[in-house]
Amino acid sequence: MIYREAGQFKTSYGSDQAVFPIAQDRVVVALAVVAAFVVPPLVASEYWLQAVLIPFLIYALAALGLNLLTGYAGQLSLGTGGFMAVGAYSAFKLTTAFPQFNIILVFLMSGVIAAGVGLLFGIPSLRIKGFYLAVATLAAQFFLIWLFNRVGWFVNYAPSGTATAPPREMLGVMVTGPHATAEVRYIVALALVVVFAAIAKNLVRGRVGRSWMAIRDRDIAAEIIGVRPLRTKLLAFGVSSFYCGLAGAELLFLYLGSVETLAFDINLSFLVLFMVIIGGLGSILGSFLGAAFVILVPIFLTNAPHWVGIAMRTDTQKHIELMIFGGLIVFFLIVEPHGLARLWQITKEKLRLWPFPH
Amino acid sequence: MGATAQARRSPVADTAPGGAPPEPLLRVEGITVRFGAVQALSDVSVDIHRGEIVAIIGPNGAGKTTLINVISGFYHPQKGRILFEGKDRTRLKPYDVAALGVARTFQNVALFKGMTVLDNIMTGRLLKMRGHFLLDAIYWGPARRQELEHRAAAERVIDFLEIQAIRKTPAARLPYGLQKRVELARALAAEPQLLLLDEPMAGMNVEEKEDMSRFILDVHDEFGTTIALVEHDMSVVMDISDRVVVLDYGRKIADGTPGQVRKDQAVLDAYLGVSHE
Amino acid sequence: MSDILYAFAVAPFKDMAGSPAFLGEVLLGGVFAGLMYSLVALGFVLIFKASGVFNFAQGVMVLFAALTLVGLLERGVPVAAALVLTTAVMVALAFAIERVVLRPLVNQEHIILFMATIGLSFFLEGFGEMIWGSNVKKLDVGIPDRSFMMAGIHINQLELSAAVTAAILVAVLAAFFHRTRIGRALRAVADDHEAALSVGIPLRTIWVIVWSVAGLVAIVAGIMWGAKSGVQFSLSLIALKALPVLILGGFTSVPGAIVGGPIIGVGEKLAEVYWGPLVGGAIENWFAYVLALVFLLFRPQGLFGEKIIERV
Repeated sequence: MIYREAGQFKTSYGSDQAVFPIAQDRVVVALAVVAAFVVPPLVASEYWLQAVLIPFLIYALAALGLNLLTGYAGQLSLGTGGFMAVGAYSAFKLTTAFPQFNIILVFLMSGVIAAGVGLLFGIPSLRIKGFYLAVATLAAQFFLIWLFNRVGWFVNYAPSGTATAPPREMLGVMVTGPHATAEVRYIVALALVVVFAAIAKNLVRGRVGRSWMAIRDRDIAAEIIGVRPLRTKLLAFGVSSFYCGLAGAELLFLYLGSVETLAFDINLSFLVLFMVIIGGLGSILGSFLGAAFVILVPIFLTNAPHWVGIAMRTDTQKHIELMIFGGLIVFFLIVEPHGLARLWQITKEKLRLWPFPH
Repeated sequence: MGATAQARRSPVADTAPGGAPPEPLLRVEGITVRFGAVQALSDVSVDIHRGEIVAIIGPNGAGKTTLINVISGFYHPQKGRILFEGKDRTRLKPYDVAALGVARTFQNVALFKGMTVLDNIMTGRLLKMRGHFLLDAIYWGPARRQELEHRAAAERVIDFLEIQAIRKTPAARLPYGLQKRVELARALAAEPQLLLLDEPMAGMNVEEKEDMSRFILDVHDEFGTTIALVEHDMSVVMDISDRVVVLDYGRKIADGTPGQVRKDQAVLDAYLGVSHE
Repeated sequence: MSDILYAFAVAPFKDMAGSPAFLGEVLLGGVFAGLMYSLVALGFVLIFKASGVFNFAQGVMVLFAALTLVGLLERGVPVAAALVLTTAVMVALAFAIERVVLRPLVNQEHIILFMATIGLSFFLEGFGEMIWGSNVKKLDVGIPDRSFMMAGIHINQLELSAAVTAAILVAVLAAFFHRTRIGRALRAVADDHEAALSVGIPLRTIWVIVWSVAGLVAIVAGIMWGAKSGVQFSLSLIALKALPVLILGGFTSVPGAIVGGPIIGVGEKLAEVYWGPLVGGAIENWFAYVLALVFLLFRPQGLFGEKIIERV
């Protein structure tokens, strides 16, 4: 009843093409975004901000990036961790070399650098497809991590081999470093993810998104229709790596504070891939849902046994976590290959009819 | 189908006032295509003039789809040339051929299953879309204007082919006949000079074939599009084409008006058997 | 500049020529390491050849098999019985995988199946470690990890046994695929699930057979690897190492897996020993992948794979 569209006619192509064509959607989303900026900083505990919300925003950004490449453009990539590392270490080098640059500017520049690296490793995608491309991206992953391990220049020759985010401020407020509060870091991460999610949505609903999906669905027919495969694929690699690089920089500066290459290894690549598959390939919303899921499950597993009164060892918990992730991937692929996003869509469809059955 | 279709046909208006035949829109010259040991096409030459409807027929495996693929730029011939508007285009990549104004449909429907009908048709407009991805990222402004312009063009094609009701349906959910029509819409959205149709009526019943024939003729009459189609249904071929080219085992064995081809002995031997109405 | 050029392009070769016995050892070491990769790659090839599925979980299956075997041995089960029980476990696993993962996904796109096997690999890893524990275990199958001298070169007994085992396995499997009725059915299934079903090939039985055989191969690989470096979680990462082998050898070729493995192994060892010191070592982490990548650019179907002709 509440969610009926009766009376909402689209009288122009413009209103038909809107991101949220249904009025109720627009209102809810606008409220949600405002609430996201206002509520958690006022209400949420330090733990929730630091351990849940901030990583959620960062992983969502990375998942967005991978979703653009793998979900929309159909190019399977296992190199996400490597590209995030490029972002993190570029940002580190840039800000230590040019401390006067605004930190957001540094983030964006590190994203561009990551995009460049992504373009380079995307070049083989013209000749190589499917699983083979995944192997090529593995080459990127392992090589990049090795590079950042071996070459001390990237961590400014720190003996511990870690890169530590120096304190930086913006508009008089500490944004990074040990004195930056979780609230501030949360707001910065939120702002960045909102902006770039909007950009991603704009890209996928227009010319660029269509050429990506055409390559994904039938690359040969797409080429015959006039889509230029190399250009399209490289754009996907570039944009995706930008997002991942930005997320990597945020990982260092807004979340972990200091980082070694272990944080960006192959497991991270798999983790982000899980987020994308569970959340929904080819869906902007799905990237968020998947990231939320992957963040929340371990938290749930840590706490659930306490609530029920069973004691569980941490390594058993880790094992069960793996089993749940693995099991859920299989489950989603069987039941709903389009992931949580599709489940959400189905729920909305049902809501539109409620309380009627059809 | 016969009488009405014939009545609607406009004569081939291709001869210049002086009487000399103008340059063909597409000239295929001595094309030979080999796949390993298989000789798919041997020394095939065909001219297609502006405004014609040419049918390419022949038994299965004769090389019809291969010929279409060569014209599209998907295969490159070992020998021979392709001339489009008088210029040599043999070595062009498929997307460059498309940019010249050649659009096609595919034997096995090649719709983009992950997109809606409208989005599929909009992909047909991709060549006409200019823009920079950074502008697209912002959307509001030039990108949006362009998007709406092309949406209007896509809607014109949707109206033309009467598929308004399914424009938001995911392509994967459509029945076969409608999928073929959407594929035609996608090709038309590109506003092509030359339209290549690979078995546009395969698997359709009589009613669907009539509809499709009507649409093909409408396209020809309204937009003056040159059309080359590969087809097996003889009554369709004889009714709507200006000229028929017959292939057998990779060679051209006949080339003329439907009436001529119907009586050609080589064609009868290879393919048609006893001609009947 | 010319110093760097010399260091990279000339000096390593001089080193190689300078002590041929050492070079021989490196090459042999590479061959043996490569054959160990081949053992894992074989499992991949089997499943891919017979069901068109790229089984990312193969590495974890090796780990799982090794864990089960060691777990049983540690509890005092005699070797022969342990082997039989482990085989039974792997066969049961094959049944379970077919029922839970493969059957619901029949005729989905390969990429979906591939991602399902990724999910499977994580599940099995968690499951295996939960049952048997995740600390490193020693696996002793009675083959000593000693070296002996032959023609002035050290040869490791364990690695030699692995090589011989691999060779035997390959011969057996190759014969199986090409000479038997079941082998032919397996190849049909790899081509097209639905078509195979429609000619009456019992898809489910075939899949159980294939995954069981792959499980057996996993046991052998598990034994060899486990004896060499202990049974531990990192064993599952071997799956990732097998990928370059598959690329070189082709995903559908049993002989390709055997040839590809040593090539990768030798390439890796040579790079690590002779060029590694120049760039700080640990080239082994990525060399195989870059080698595979370069190879793919020139020959996308691998050494023995079938050439892909695209049709429209």
